[in-house]
Amino acid sequence: MKLKVNGVTHELDVEDNMPLLWVLRDELGNTEPKFGCGIAQCGACTVHIGGAPVRSCQIRASSVRAAVTTISELGTPDQLHPLQAAWIEHQVAQCGYCQSGQIMQAADLLSRNPDPTDADIDLAMSANLCRCGTYPRIRAAIKTAAVSMQDAE
Amino acid sequence: MSGPEKKVNRRKFLVGSAAVAGGVAFGVYFVSKTLENPLLKELKQGEAAITPFIKITTTEITFIVPRADVGQGITSTQAHLIAEELDIDPNSVSLDPGQPHPAYVNAKISSNSLPFQPNAEGFVPETVKGLMESVARFSGAQFTGGSSSVSDLHEKLRLAGATARETLKLAAATRFGVSIELLKTDNGAVILPDDRRVAYTELAADAALLEPVTDVELRPATQWRTLGKSYQRTDIVAKSTGSQSYGIDVRLPGMLYATVRANPGRGAGLKRYSDADARKMRGVHSVVEVSEGLAVIADNTWRAMQATAALDIDWLTPEYPATSKEMWRVLEDAHVEDNINSRLRDDGDVEQALEANQVITAEYRVPFLAHAALEPLSATVLVESDRVDVWTATQVPTAIRDAAAKIVDVDKDRVTLHVLPAGGSFGRRLDHDYVIQAIEIARTVPGTPVKTTWTREEDMTHDFPRPLHMVHARGTVSDGRIDSFDIDTISPSLSASWFARVFIVPPGPDTLLVWGAYDQPYEIPNYRVTGYRAPEVVPIGSWRSPGACSNSFFHESFISELISSAGADPLLERLRLISDPVSRGVLEAVGDMCNWSGPNIGPGRGRGIAFAHSHHVPVAEVVDVTLTKQGIQIDDVWIAADCGTVFDPVNAEAQLTGGAIWGLGHAMNCELTYQDHAPVQTNFHAFQGMRLYQTPRFHTKLVEKAALISGLGEPSTAPAAPALADAIFSATGQRLREMPFNRFVDFK
Repeated sequence: MKLKVNGVTHELDVEDNMPLLWVLRDELGNTEPKFGCGIAQCGACTVHIGGAPVRSCQIRASSVRAAVTTISELGTPDQLHPLQAAWIEHQVAQCGYCQSGQIMQAADLLSRNPDPTDADIDLAMSANLCRCGTYPRIRAAIKTAAVSMQDAE
Repeated sequence: MSGPEKKVNRRKFLVGSAAVAGGVAFGVYFVSKTLENPLLKELKQGEAAITPFIKITTTEITFIVPRADVGQGITSTQAHLIAEELDIDPNSVSLDPGQPHPAYVNAKISSNSLPFQPNAEGFVPETVKGLMESVARFSGAQFTGGSSSVSDLHEKLRLAGATARETLKLAAATRFGVSIELLKTDNGAVILPDDRRVAYTELAADAALLEPVTDVELRPATQWRTLGKSYQRTDIVAKSTGSQSYGIDVRLPGMLYATVRANPGRGAGLKRYSDADARKMRGVHSVVEVSEGLAVIADNTWRAMQATAALDIDWLTPEYPATSKEMWRVLEDAHVEDNINSRLRDDGDVEQALEANQVITAEYRVPFLAHAALEPLSATVLVESDRVDVWTATQVPTAIRDAAAKIVDVDKDRVTLHVLPAGGSFGRRLDHDYVIQAIEIARTVPGTPVKTTWTREEDMTHDFPRPLHMVHARGTVSDGRIDSFDIDTISPSLSASWFARVFIVPPGPDTLLVWGAYDQPYEIPNYRVTGYRAPEVVPIGSWRSPGACSNSFFHESFISELISSAGADPLLERLRLISDPVSRGVLEAVGDMCNWSGPNIGPGRGRGIAFAHSHHVPVAEVVDVTLTKQGIQIDDVWIAADCGTVFDPVNAEAQLTGGAIWGLGHAMNCELTYQDHAPVQTNFHAFQGMRLYQTPRFHTKLVEKAALISGLGEPSTAPAAPALADAIFSATGQRLREMPFNRFVDFK
C-alpha cells in the first residue's frame, strides 16, 4: 500500500481495515492527529485528504486515494498559517488536544467560504468537540483569520 | 489590583540554595511551626540540590513548575510568577515539572482547600482540622487540584525568583567589586553600572558558593511588568500548531503498544477467559492479566484494540446494584437519621420556623457524570532490572511513584516520573488506576517500553464518575422574604472513595458531601444543611468543583424557588441575605453588567441568576434564554467573580467561560445511567456536552476586591446549572429539579 503524507510517499504493509489515524500515529509516528473517540464524534483526528477534512479514525488507510496532510503542513511555529496566528492571538487553546482538529476543520471552512457568518461557523465547526469550552475564542479566531486572509489577497 | 505587598513573614518561609553540577539551585520551602524543617534535613543528607524551583547552570536556566497542567495554563502561570521577580523571559527557560518531593507538597490543598473552607473556621472543629493537616503533611501530598495552585504557590514562586535574583546580584557584586545597590537585572542578566550585561548563567558557579540572599521583598503589583497584564501562555504556539506533545504521544525506540479491557462492572475482575483467538492476531505480542481485567500488548495500538475485542471473557458479577433505578433506591433509602454525617450549618430554629408558615418542599437530583477528557487515559512505562520510568499526564505524581515502587519492587528513588501535558482532566487524573495497569503491563516485558492507551469506551466505562446526589429541601417565606431554608443532601462519600485510592481517608465528616451548600454566605434567619452519607454504589471521583457542582444546583435552585414564592426579586433578595462584601461585589457587578431589571425580559424569553461560593471564590452568573422552534437557546451569559489579584487575566477569562460551558453543557444533556452494573453511555454520541452552535455570548468581569488570592479553574462551574434552570423557569414556568435538563425540555 502506498500513502502520501505531507509530501512524502510511504510504502506500507498494514491490514486493509486499519484506520488512517493509527497508520499515521503508530506506523508513521505522526502524532498531530489525535485519538479522541474512534467513532467520528469528536473531530480531534481531523486531517485533510486531497484538501478536504476527514475524520482519520473512520477512513481505512487502504481506501485513501489522494494526498494526506496534517496540521504541520498547514503551518509551523516559524511559518504560521493565518488560522494558527489567529489561534495564538486569541489564545484559544486550553488543554489544546482538540485544536489541531479544530484548525484543520476551520481551514476547510475558510477555503470554501472566505467570509463566514456566525451561522456558517456554527454549521462547519459544531462536530468538533472541545471539552475545555474554548468555543467563544474559536469563533473569534476564525473571524480574525478570515480578515487577515482576505487582506493578504 | 492590590497595593504594595506586605513583606513575607520570615518565619513562614525558609529559603535556600545549593550547588548543583556546574551551577546553583534555589528553593523556597513552606515551613510550619509544628513540622520539622524539611530543608535542614535534606541539607544534612546532602540532597538539597534536588529540591529547587530554579536551577541555573553555566548553560541553561530551568524552572521547576510542580503543578500539573491539565489544560488550564498553570505551567505558564507558574513560570511567569518566578520570572516576574527574576527578570527573565519565561519563554527562554526550560520548564520542568520535577520529581515528587516534600518541597512541592500542596500545603493549601492539604490544610485549606480539602475539605475545609477558609470562611468556615467557626463551623469546623479545630481538632478535626488539626488532624487533617497532620494527615496531609505526613503523607507528603503533592498533587494538583481544588483550584489551589495559584493560592498555594504565588508567594513561594515569586519569593524563589526574588531570592535567585538578589543572590545573582551578590555574586556579580563580589566578582566585579561593585556595590550591590548599583546593580540591576534585566532579561536574564545582571547589569553592571557601566551597562555591561553579565548573563545569569555566567554567574551560576559563583552564586553556588554564596549564602543565598533571603532578605528580599516581593515587588508590589504596581511594579509588575507582566503579571496582571495580558501575556501569552508559554504553550500557546505549540498548542496552535500541532507541535505540543501530550502523554498519549510518547514515542520511544522499540516501544510496544497496549490497551486494556477490564470488567465493565467495577472491582469484580475475571471469572475465566480464553485468549486463543486474540493471540493469533497480527502484531499481538502477549495477553496480560491486569487489575480488573486483561490487556493486550501488540506492535500497534489499533491491533491491540482489535485483539482485546477478540478476547473471550466471562466476568465476575460486582456486588453493587445493577441498574440506575436500584442505585437511586439506595440513595432514597439513605435518608435516615443513622446516616447523618454532618450538620455544619444550623442557624436559628429551623423546626420552629417550619411550623410557623406553609412549608414549601422540593426534591432535586443529579446523575452520575463522566469526566471524559478528550485525551483518553494513557501511560508509557519502561521497567528495567532496578528502575522504572513512567511517562504520563497526572495530578498525583507521589501516588504514582509509590505505586510503581511497590508493583515492581524497587526503591522509590528508582522511579523516575516524566509528567507530560494532559489533554484535559476535570479531576480524572487525580486517580492513577490507568498508570497502575500500565505498570502491570510493562512489568511483563522488562527492558521494553510499553504505551498503554485506553479506548474511549474503556475511559467512560471505568471512570470514577461524579456521584449520584439528591436533596430533600424544605423552606418557608414570610412578608416577601425567605424565612427558613433546610436541605438534606444525600450522596455516597466522595472523600472516602477517592482518598482511600490515592491517599488515606481523612478523619471527621465528609465536607465534600455538603460543599457548596453549608458554606454559602447567606444569612437566612433559620438555615440548616445536613449531610447524609449514602452507601457507595460504585467508586466515585472528583469532578470539576466536586460537591459544589451538585450542591450549588440544589441550594441555588431552592433559593430561587423560595424567592419566587415570596414574590421577591432574585437579585435583590440575594443581596438582602448576604452581607459579605466580596460576595455582594460579584452580585452587584453581574447586575450592572446585564442591566438587571428582574427575570422577565420579554415574551418567549427568560433570565436566570445564581450565586455560588466555591474554592474560596464567589461567582454570580446570569443566563438569558430564548424559546425557539428548535428548542431552548442560551443567548448570553454574564459572569462576575472575585479571586483577588489576577495574575493571568487572559487565562482567567478562559477559565471563567470554560468552567461555565462545562457546567451548562453537562446540565443540558449529560448523564451516565447504569445497566448490568456498567454505564450505558460509552462515547460522545451519547455524552455530548456543549457544542459550538449552542455556545452563548459570554460577558465576564473579575472584581479583584478580595484579599485572598485564589485559583479559577473550577469556581464558575457551580452556578452555571442553577442559573440556566432559573432562566428556563423564567421563560417557561417549568422548574427543572433534575439533571440532565434535556429529559424534560428540548435544547436547540
